[in-house]
Amino acid sequence: MKTITELIAGFTDGSYTPTQAVTDYLEIIKTKDPEVHAFLATYETEALQAASDATAMYAAGNVVDQPLLGVPLAIKNNILIKDQLATGASKILENYTAIYDATIIARLRTAGAIFIGSTNMDEFAMGGSTENSAFGPTHNPHDLARVPGGSSGGSAAAVAANMVPAAIGTDTGGSVRQPASYCGLVGYKPTYGAVSRYGLMAMGSSLDQAGPLTHTVADAKLLHDVMSGVDAMDGTTITPDTYPTVETKPTYTFGVPRSFMKDGVDPDVLEIFDAHVESLKAAGHKVVDIELPLFEQGLAAYYIVMPAEVSSNLARYDGIRYGHSADGKDLLDVYEKSRAEGFGQEVKRRILLGTHVLSSGYYDAYYGKAEIVRRKMRQELAETFKTVDMILMPTAPTPAFLIGEQTDPLSMYRQDIFTVPVNLTGVPAISFPMGNVKREGSTLPVGVQYIAPHAGDERLFDAGVKIYDTSLSPR
Amino acid sequence: MKREEITHLANLARISLTDQELDLYGTDLPKIVAYVSTVSDIAADEADAAPMVGARYNVLRPDNVTNQPDQYTDAILREMPHTQGRSMAVKKILKAK
Repeated sequence: MKTITELIAGFTDGSYTPTQAVTDYLEIIKTKDPEVHAFLATYETEALQAASDATAMYAAGNVVDQPLLGVPLAIKNNILIKDQLATGASKILENYTAIYDATIIARLRTAGAIFIGSTNMDEFAMGGSTENSAFGPTHNPHDLARVPGGSSGGSAAAVAANMVPAAIGTDTGGSVRQPASYCGLVGYKPTYGAVSRYGLMAMGSSLDQAGPLTHTVADAKLLHDVMSGVDAMDGTTITPDTYPTVETKPTYTFGVPRSFMKDGVDPDVLEIFDAHVESLKAAGHKVVDIELPLFEQGLAAYYIVMPAEVSSNLARYDGIRYGHSADGKDLLDVYEKSRAEGFGQEVKRRILLGTHVLSSGYYDAYYGKAEIVRRKMRQELAETFKTVDMILMPTAPTPAFLIGEQTDPLSMYRQDIFTVPVNLTGVPAISFPMGNVKREGSTLPVGVQYIAPHAGDERLFDAGVKIYDTSLSPR
Repeated sequence: MKREEITHLANLARISLTDQELDLYGTDLPKIVAYVSTVSDIAADEADAAPMVGARYNVLRPDNVTNQPDQYTDAILREMPHTQGRSMAVKKILKAK
């Protein structure tokens, strides 16, 4: 396995070229992807052409301000790449070709990145296992019988199987961090507004952020630094003075919400978490117990706010302007049939739920209350961050589960319990591997999540590099 | 949540559901709704339901045209299921008397 940093070093000293890299990764994809199914499409011709251009630039010593020149990336298929299919892993967009680049794609392109293919996902990013893809599930490279997590499961599996050095996903309730945990990777969810949402298929507009899946924290920072920043096309993007500065420190104080973790977390996951806490103390950091009672209630508020936004955002898929269009006797019939044929089971479930919580007579009881809970959660967090620098918890309560194992929607939703409060409050969080557990003969990674105050992205990268990257054995 | 309520939601959401789907959602939506209802306990003491907005909102852009005439027209037309010339074709929505 190679990191972006290692690839760039090789390209720069001439020991490896972008053309060799893209050729090698395409070869690995051909060998491994038939069983992993991380990719929905590969862009072989375009990628080899871009690689050839990048190789020539390195040879000519002509690399200026292109921190990702020649680096192959995989992109979740709800992010628009001009002239490529953008399906959102949904039947309703099966043949939809993007007519423009998402802002993050344009920025990655300018930085020299090469898009090698689009990755599988839960339909419209709704799910935590990638089983909700209209094009079949992705398998976890650590154990092919298991899910890679989701919804950015294809992106995570592609990196975990070394089919690409890094990939981009989107995170509405944990969709980058949870697959990172299940696949043994670094996954990053930026401060809400740090990264433009222009050109991302909207799921929960007040929650969505795009983030990288990588082997190291340094690589995640490299990608985040390219993608982030104010964008005129997304009015919610933040400026450096939107939030107070969050400084980095030589050592940090971490808060652990113990009571939050007492139910539903696998005992061996908790053991590894405790060992991680001990290693932090040994490295000179301080770890204290904290209470976050509202954080624990976040999941209920999330499953009101998110479906409400989903039902509004997905109203655009109506069979009229683009996407799948069914024949019908009148306009209403076209809408109803196109959406019935185009959407999968979980998408319909969330649209119905969102329609219910927003409908007349229920709005105040559900959506109104959920927004109050959300505001109170922010206040609780702000209080907590007066005494601790970061909050620490497992990323998910369990390791990757078996494909087909989770059949009840509510028990599937509970996998998100540690990740959704982060999106509801808009703070940044990182997940990286903290160890492995055994399940039925398989060794499965589990991740730890660090949460920082708003605009604390640099603090998370600083802590992640110090604590995770330095723990990796030199290759 | 009765079957008629699920049908009503499906009508509002412009999705036609099969009998099988009505059974499925009739079973699991009430469970999910019961679970999310716990928010009312947490927020019970708060009367103010003003929605929380993000850190930045009502951000305005200069009113400048940023694209060329016809820059995207062909690509957008290509994605339309039904077109007539440079127009999108839809079903008639007004009935003749």
